[in-house]
Amino acid sequence: MEHRVVITGIGAYSCLGENLDTVLESLRLGRSGVIYDEQRKDFGYRSCFTGMVAEPDLNPFLSRRQRIGMHQPARFAFMSTKEAMEGSGLDADFLDKTETGIIFGNDSTAGAVVETVDKVRTKKNTTLIGSGDIFQNMNSTVNMNLSTIYKLKGMNFTISAACSSGSHSIGMGYLLIKQGLQERVVCGGAQEINVFAMASFDGLGAFSVRDADPSMASRPFDRDRDGLVPSGGAATVIIESLESALKRNAPIYGEIVGFGFSSNGDHISNPNFDGQFRSLNMALKQANLTPDDIDYVNAHATSTPIGDSTEAQAIFNALGSKVPVSSTKSMTGHECWMAGASEIVYSLLMMNNDFIAPNINFENPDEDSKKINIIPSYKEQNIDCFLSNSFGFGGTNSSLIIKKYKK
Amino acid sequence: MKREDIILTTKQFLSEEFEVDSALILPDNNLQQTLDLDSLDYVDLVVVIEENLGIKPTADDFKTIETFNDFYDLVEQRLNA
Repeated sequence: MEHRVVITGIGAYSCLGENLDTVLESLRLGRSGVIYDEQRKDFGYRSCFTGMVAEPDLNPFLSRRQRIGMHQPARFAFMSTKEAMEGSGLDADFLDKTETGIIFGNDSTAGAVVETVDKVRTKKNTTLIGSGDIFQNMNSTVNMNLSTIYKLKGMNFTISAACSSGSHSIGMGYLLIKQGLQERVVCGGAQEINVFAMASFDGLGAFSVRDADPSMASRPFDRDRDGLVPSGGAATVIIESLESALKRNAPIYGEIVGFGFSSNGDHISNPNFDGQFRSLNMALKQANLTPDDIDYVNAHATSTPIGDSTEAQAIFNALGSKVPVSSTKSMTGHECWMAGASEIVYSLLMMNNDFIAPNINFENPDEDSKKINIIPSYKEQNIDCFLSNSFGFGGTNSSLIIKKYKK
Repeated sequence: MKREDIILTTKQFLSEEFEVDSALILPDNNLQQTLDLDSLDYVDLVVVIEENLGIKPTADDFKTIETFNDFYDLVEQRLNA
């Protein structure tokens, strides 16, 4: 028996806001979270733009032992997960007595690793690293910390799939619940923000060096875009079977109906039309929907010249020219490992509040973006069904389709 | 370092590191129970001792320690060695 899968908890710790209310306000206003980071200039970065969040103070919520194994990805993810848990009516006592899984997206712990290596280089003694660093250094840091804090008893692993990690985490959780293997899964994505994490990416020349207001640097689909802006934070999406959600009278933000995925099998960093097109079509087919059923597309578009053009072609060929499209990365920058989850949260906020957040800085289309319907400013509109794309290095593609829940 | 100074100094950094009320750190109290130490925490105990006193006990050194008095004995012995 297949189960319907609904979203019963969401949380965000984002450069658009450190809680859902502030994020919603930013989405409505088209408010950018991008800043100019002077530290990056001193460190040798080519581009100093980045999305930014504050370091959260976890002392009021967690013990020393719980905090000591957490660096940025886990700290940010705790904040978004705390919000999602509270909104969903879940607490550690309930989770301890039930079977809840956790599948989080994360693909780096550079800041933590550099700090650890610096310690051992200075002290020349591994004991003096301390007991917490190993749990900060491993890529599964979010999973191991949150599963311990929340006493989770179900499936427990990390998805590392570059910039589609967050999207794949939700997709994998969806498949497990749909098949009846899990009742509830905490999904999401986390992305560290520090000079160590993004230096090698900056070195590829992929980041915007546009000499302008930081809020204008990320401009997906715009003719004059010159690269992406890195960003980070965390987003949490709690999903569960419809039966479980109804049984505990949980809020329902939407229903996952399609998960398409593909691998390009091509270049390690260049996008690929065929891979993206297959991912979009697989999601549509699995959801048993036609292009006309999609009311909004939250594009992956990161503001790189080749990436946005390729995605515009894929959207045009798979869904046509009419469906409204925006990239919230115009406001957030590229939240990388977190993006696939945060963009589900942003789109759910739009769907539940009847608007489309703008693709800010879209001033002039290019040959490809002029073929699709990009929404450059806030638009009131009912959304019954949306599709969210995420594409990552190595050619890993993911497309999720989510509908308003109807009995 | 005199024993009184060892007691004063260690009380401060132990209460800060392990987030316990310094009033509970008394000579006859049990070190492990008072600081709520698990097996991992002994690594951090070595780290704070090294950071604050410049000596580095080993895990074996803690095997015979029960009270803070035992702990002060160890520190005093190592500092004066």
